[in-house]
Amino acid sequence: MEPQTRLTITVEVNGTSHEHEVETRRLLIHFLRDDLDLTGSHVGCDTGNCGACSVIIDGTLVKSCMLLAVQADGSKIETVEGLAVDGELTQLQQSFSDHHALQCGYCTPGMLMSATALLRQTPKPTPDEIKKGIQGNICRCTGYWNIVDAVTAASGQEVQSHE
Amino acid sequence: MLLREVEYARPSSVEEALALLAANDGARALAGGQTLVNVMKARAASPDVLVDLGKLDSLRAISVVGGTLEIGAMATYSQIMASSEVEVSRPIIAEVCALIADVQVRNRGTIGGNVCSNDPTNHLPPLMAALDAQMVIVGPDGERVVPSADFFIGVYMTAAGPGDLLLSIRIPAGSGDAFEAITLGADGTCIVSAAASLRDGVRIGLGCVDAVPVVVTAASTDEDVVREAVRTAGLEPPSDVHASSDYRRHLAEVVAVRAVQKASGRS
Repeated sequence: MEPQTRLTITVEVNGTSHEHEVETRRLLIHFLRDDLDLTGSHVGCDTGNCGACSVIIDGTLVKSCMLLAVQADGSKIETVEGLAVDGELTQLQQSFSDHHALQCGYCTPGMLMSATALLRQTPKPTPDEIKKGIQGNICRCTGYWNIVDAVTAASGQEVQSHE
Repeated sequence: MLLREVEYARPSSVEEALALLAANDGARALAGGQTLVNVMKARAASPDVLVDLGKLDSLRAISVVGGTLEIGAMATYSQIMASSEVEVSRPIIAEVCALIADVQVRNRGTIGGNVCSNDPTNHLPPLMAALDAQMVIVGPDGERVVPSADFFIGVYMTAAGPGDLLLSIRIPAGSGDAFEAITLGADGTCIVSAAASLRDGVRIGLGCVDAVPVVVTAASTDEDVVREAVRTAGLEPPSDVHASSDYRRHLAEVVAVRAVQKASGRS
């Protein structure tokens, strides 16, 4: 393959196949937000620190601002829009609501994807494992406690009192 | 962020990758991209052509042959953490990979990218130096094996130059190693790091104190001996907002002692 500045890529996003010509310099987050109009994934820091752009590619959690769209060619991508089916929230999403695990909500799409990836790998995570699992996601509202509680509850475990 | 326009190619073999690197001035290999994509955003690097190694699955292999662990350059930190070969033959490598950044970065970032970028704050250069790793590099003139002592040349510079590819890293099997660092927050960027190996004498790789990892050997694991060995190494660390040169020199002794003591408990 000769080096090029535009390429046609095929990706499956939340179960729907998309074929799209993109500039090779396009970051995956912009492909998702601007080309596919999937604006659930957020751009926070654009430096790979905040995790608001986290998505799951072929089962692996990644930050979509540190990936070119062309690098995702041929893959299956899950974004926050793919979590709720027909408006029915996942247990994790409902738990975020129940435990007040968000205030402004900016980090929430990334937090949900990181917690979703964690729960697939570790169905009953300890609070420490949850903290490790969301280490790449920054939240400036909650102080994280309510997020840890929400993930704990979503995994069917009892939430410890913070009294 | 909009990157500067860049050409992109995704070779399906090492030979094709080498041909692309040779044919294009300003071409650069793209491994996991967890450093390169970010420095491209900041325009700190502006390659004309990206040669994406993502489809070269042969570079992700991890194997143990005759007491030597061989890790493919494109093996991700997460893959190394989950590898039974690494766990059995040199567990410190998985332990240190688990300290790098966060889940998302560990899922994409590669051992080859970490050593080839040779940022002085990276975790793996001092570790590879302490373990006396051998770097297998292929270039236009064929394959060569470069010991870690000759691999790290300067800040962001290694013996894998333009037109070269790091294929794999060979590390002798063993245990009795440890890594200690002072970081910015848990699992954050290193301010000073030390990897200690007691496999062959007392060997300490110090990170963040020079352009390349500094290897110090000590006559014993005794605290005073280790401190003296670091003190007489003539370190002249850089100063920045996180630590002055003097403070880094002090921290180098502290983390070296901690790493050696931890390694002693394991050997």
